[in-house]
Amino acid sequence: MAMNPGIHLQAVHFTYPSGFGLAGIDLSIGRGERVAILGPNGSGKTTLLKLMLGLLHPGSGTISFEGEDLGGMSRMARARAIAMVPQELLLPYSLTVREVVLLGRTPYLHRYRGPARVDLEAAQAAMAATDLLSAAGRPYNELSGGERQRVILAMALAQQPRLLLLDEPTRSLDLNHQIRMLSLIRDLNVTRGLTVVSSMHDLNLSSLYFGRLILLSSGRVVADGPPDTVIRPDTIQEVFGVSVLVYRHPALGIPWMTFAPDAGDLFSTREDASEAINP
Amino acid sequence: MNTPFFRPRHPTPDTQPSAFRTYTILSVVLFLALFVGIMQGAVALSPLTVLNILLRAAGIALGPVTWQSADETILLELRLPRVLGGALVGAALATAGVLFQGLLRNPLADPYIIGTSAGAGFAATVAMLVLPPASILGFGSVALSAFVGGLLAVLLVYRLARVDGRCSPVTLLLAGVIVNAVLGYLGSLSILLFEGSEFRLRQVFTWLMGGIAVNDPRQLLAVGAIIVVGIIAAYGCAVSLNALTVGEEGAQALGVDLDREARRIIVLGALLTGAAVSVSGLIGFLGLAVPHILRLLVGSDHRRLLPTSALAGAALLVLADTAARSLAAPAELPVGIFTALLGGPIFLFLLRRNGRESGWR
Repeated sequence: MAMNPGIHLQAVHFTYPSGFGLAGIDLSIGRGERVAILGPNGSGKTTLLKLMLGLLHPGSGTISFEGEDLGGMSRMARARAIAMVPQELLLPYSLTVREVVLLGRTPYLHRYRGPARVDLEAAQAAMAATDLLSAAGRPYNELSGGERQRVILAMALAQQPRLLLLDEPTRSLDLNHQIRMLSLIRDLNVTRGLTVVSSMHDLNLSSLYFGRLILLSSGRVVADGPPDTVIRPDTIQEVFGVSVLVYRHPALGIPWMTFAPDAGDLFSTREDASEAINP
Repeated sequence: MNTPFFRPRHPTPDTQPSAFRTYTILSVVLFLALFVGIMQGAVALSPLTVLNILLRAAGIALGPVTWQSADETILLELRLPRVLGGALVGAALATAGVLFQGLLRNPLADPYIIGTSAGAGFAATVAMLVLPPASILGFGSVALSAFVGGLLAVLLVYRLARVDGRCSPVTLLLAGVIVNAVLGYLGSLSILLFEGSEFRLRQVFTWLMGGIAVNDPRQLLAVGAIIVVGIIAAYGCAVSLNALTVGEEGAQALGVDLDREARRIIVLGALLTGAAVSVSGLIGFLGLAVPHILRLLVGSDHRRLLPTSALAGAALLVLADTAARSLAAPAELPVGIFTALLGGPIFLFLLRRNGRESGWR
């Protein structure tokens, strides 16, 4: 397994000082896979991504990337191989789209030399892939949410990574931009073989765009597999505490979820209803 | 909101002037500032005389000596070191301003923000009150105390802000503000406590207001070496400072060793500021405003922002210092007044011209 390209987590434990964390994560994500990480707020999705990025280090257990121990890789080597698209990016002062995308070349830059032709070309290619060429000279802070998200993606692509991590890339986007963003990510995965691991909130979009779903709950993996094996009424009820109906999408054949008739009455039958709403 | 005259302009690689043009203009401005600085003063000399004296000092005698030897002494031994000192101090403060604004991601950061001003001020005050005016390597006891005090205060702030081996910009900023306040009041207290210190009050006050004082060529050489090396090393932080635009975690994700780079930036900023303060006391405003002015002119890429700020800071301080020692000659006004009077309107003009876009969010 260690020879298998991709990223592999073995018995990974991680605990924040507050006590939250991940416990006993065993995951193997092969090269070219397209994986969504699902789970309630606080279930450890972002933590898992940061561990895969090397920003956090496991308390115990090992993470290997392409057969190499992730913690043993140099920062530069890691940043050239693995890129992360954060939920949002706020800049303290304004930069143009091109300047932001060029920041993705940081792991390739020498302290005293400016970006070389290869860096400018990589940034250009990243902007082309994300349909940003016409916006290259515009200030980032004046862009719409959907455009900004594409700029952050382009910055990650300029790193020319082999593993792309995304933290809820469709959060705060409208329906059209959600679809555009996820289609773009899927295309990058299909046409370039880029390994994609993305945390997601929307179960139906995950079912639509990802071949493999990993469901986290309280820092543990509770389901892992194709959408059929994860998006099930019993699983969703157990993890999210919401009763849902799952049926097959009439045209696409993928599992599709909607709320059960009693889902809107989560608290009405409980005695601790007011306490749960106003803890 | 914007009349055509005050057209908002965002400096982008597409619209900003070429690097060559920017550097040429700034170099010419600095050169003219240096020349005017040497010409002007209590005794005004003609440009031709200045040129001849300078050339003669450089070993090129073009014509007969048509000036008094006192003029030559004033020019070579008083004005030249002072003007060069001013240029060095201005470049150092502007560079330190860019470093701290970039590291702390805060538009209000200036070279003094993480402790230098109060550390240097407190040490200099105590030195003026109790130390004999001895001199080591051309540094007076006040200058040396200011340099050491500034560095020690930054070290203290850094240690205070470091929690579990990590040092976040926000903690650094707060620790700096607190140490600045405490040391500032300790300085005031020491003035009150020392007997006979009323007589020193004016000296302390003048020092705190800032003023360039180069008493010895060796001092100029030592400070110059620190500042030139510091500015070159600061340029090497441009890549990390740019990466820091996307935040601490973002920069780390881009492969930046944040702890090491932050330490490097703090040390360089403190050295540059300390060296400047040892020559000039606390000159305000320049280190805050010059980076903003240049951000509006050349954009926020630190590979351009750092060198252009250094050149502009040098020119601004030389001009301000020239005004400070010429306008009320033979009396000398605090140079800080003129850095604000010269830099303030430039800053405001550019800010207005750019509409609401100050370059910062």
